[in-house]
Amino acid sequence: MFPAAFCVELGASASSRLEIEWTGLFRMSDSLQRTPLYDLNLELGAKMVPFAGFEMPIQFPAGLMAEHLHTREKVGLFDVSHMGQIRIAAKSGDVKEAAAALETLVPADYVGLAAGRQRYGLLTNEEGGILDDLMVANMGHDLLVVVNAGCKVQDADRIEKALSDRCVVTRQFDRGLMALQGPAAEAALAPLCPAVKDMRFMDVIETELATATGPVKVTVSRSGYTGEDGFEIGCAGADSEKVARAILAQPDVLPIGLGARDSLRLEAGLCLYGNDIDVTTTPVEASLGWAIQKARREGGSREGGYPGAEVVLKQVHDGVPRKRVGLLAEGRAPVRAGAKLFADAEGQKEIGVVTSGAFGPSVKAPVAMGYVASDYAALDTPVFAELRGKYVPLHVRAMPFVAPGFKR
Amino acid sequence: MTTYYTKSHEWIRVDGEQAIVGITTHASEELGELVFVEAKDEGTEVAAGDAAAVVESVKAASDIYAPVAGTLAGFNEALSDDPTLVGRDAEGEGWIFRMTVSNPDDLKGLLTAEQYKSL
Repeated sequence: MFPAAFCVELGASASSRLEIEWTGLFRMSDSLQRTPLYDLNLELGAKMVPFAGFEMPIQFPAGLMAEHLHTREKVGLFDVSHMGQIRIAAKSGDVKEAAAALETLVPADYVGLAAGRQRYGLLTNEEGGILDDLMVANMGHDLLVVVNAGCKVQDADRIEKALSDRCVVTRQFDRGLMALQGPAAEAALAPLCPAVKDMRFMDVIETELATATGPVKVTVSRSGYTGEDGFEIGCAGADSEKVARAILAQPDVLPIGLGARDSLRLEAGLCLYGNDIDVTTTPVEASLGWAIQKARREGGSREGGYPGAEVVLKQVHDGVPRKRVGLLAEGRAPVRAGAKLFADAEGQKEIGVVTSGAFGPSVKAPVAMGYVASDYAALDTPVFAELRGKYVPLHVRAMPFVAPGFKR
Repeated sequence: MTTYYTKSHEWIRVDGEQAIVGITTHASEELGELVFVEAKDEGTEVAAGDAAAVVESVKAASDIYAPVAGTLAGFNEALSDDPTLVGRDAEGEGWIFRMTVSNPDDLKGLLTAEQYKSL
């Protein structure tokens, strides 16, 4: 009736139903890792599922829909400790040298990134494909890089191999990482960590956070992956539970699972690595050209100089055959990842594929993103998705699907 | 009227050859709030275990299987406007589709309420 990989059969054991979609990056036979917040997640009533090799909370007792809406209206705390934290320090001690070294792997301007600031980027391969997406912060003395859980070992290996002559690359995979997201995030964090009040979007600081047993050292960035204002808080693995408990004790803070994290990031138009971007997609095809700053573009002061630069620079100049776009359905039936896209309602001319799709609880309608032939990528172009043997109408729409709440 | 259950968490309430089918309260709680429900067209012939409808939460789509062979005889249109009705009353107002049962003897192979509860 529809592709087995994208439907979760009710016939399976009831408790496994929600899990199936989350096993893409993971084989069930592998042994699962646990984050420093594993025990707390269980105590909070989390339903745990395998994700990228970790046992992660997909939802808490409030449920996906309520968790999503609470994050947009108030504030939610996400355990994202499965992601990889990596520090890169130049042997010379000059952070600009570490930044220049990282620029040989990432087509972003990190030399021009000021101390205390963070910037999104992409690790590319020799064909211009995307190996991972990442956040890089200039911590003043070194760089703090946050990468996806499923890619972190290969990312660290790649960075270490390319940079080890000039830099010391330290994997901090045992550290905790939490995202505190939503319009009330500052109100929840400031009583524990007053310095955050002065931060704006994409600022990063090292500071202390008050817990029940005293202050602990944390790194805090004013960023996240929900489209809302908020913070990401990194700390020693051993301090993670104390930090989480202190934050959860603040008014309006609820624990939020990966299920709501996925619908929140999709409404915000943000890519999920492995779904919307991977080695078969380039930054230009993925509509992530904004992640290549002027200095790294044609005619820039440090043009190219990263793996696949010839491919990417040519695509920026000449255009690409397909583009990632946002899609909104006219009806109420969610169009899911894997659905084929057509130019016509009869399914004659295939023009692309949906890479992420769900019902958007805040948009109150199905939301999706996918790749379409560039002739169909203009805003408001009508397209049709194959859904259970029918062709349902959608339009190419601007992302994000919700207004961003960032504090600029 | 008698209600039977399946291992795949459907229920079927039968009055002669006519029946309505839905998902159990337990299944509804596991799925969370539904955002979309759709059944195959009226008149579609189904074998036992065929996908006859789909229920969708924010994150996932789940097939609903015909508990026994028969012919689909209509969709609960109230769910078009308000799919959350299933969450509020899964084994009552939140029924999903009607069907005509081909062979009432097939029902004997299904579970009783007590058998389903003990799963």
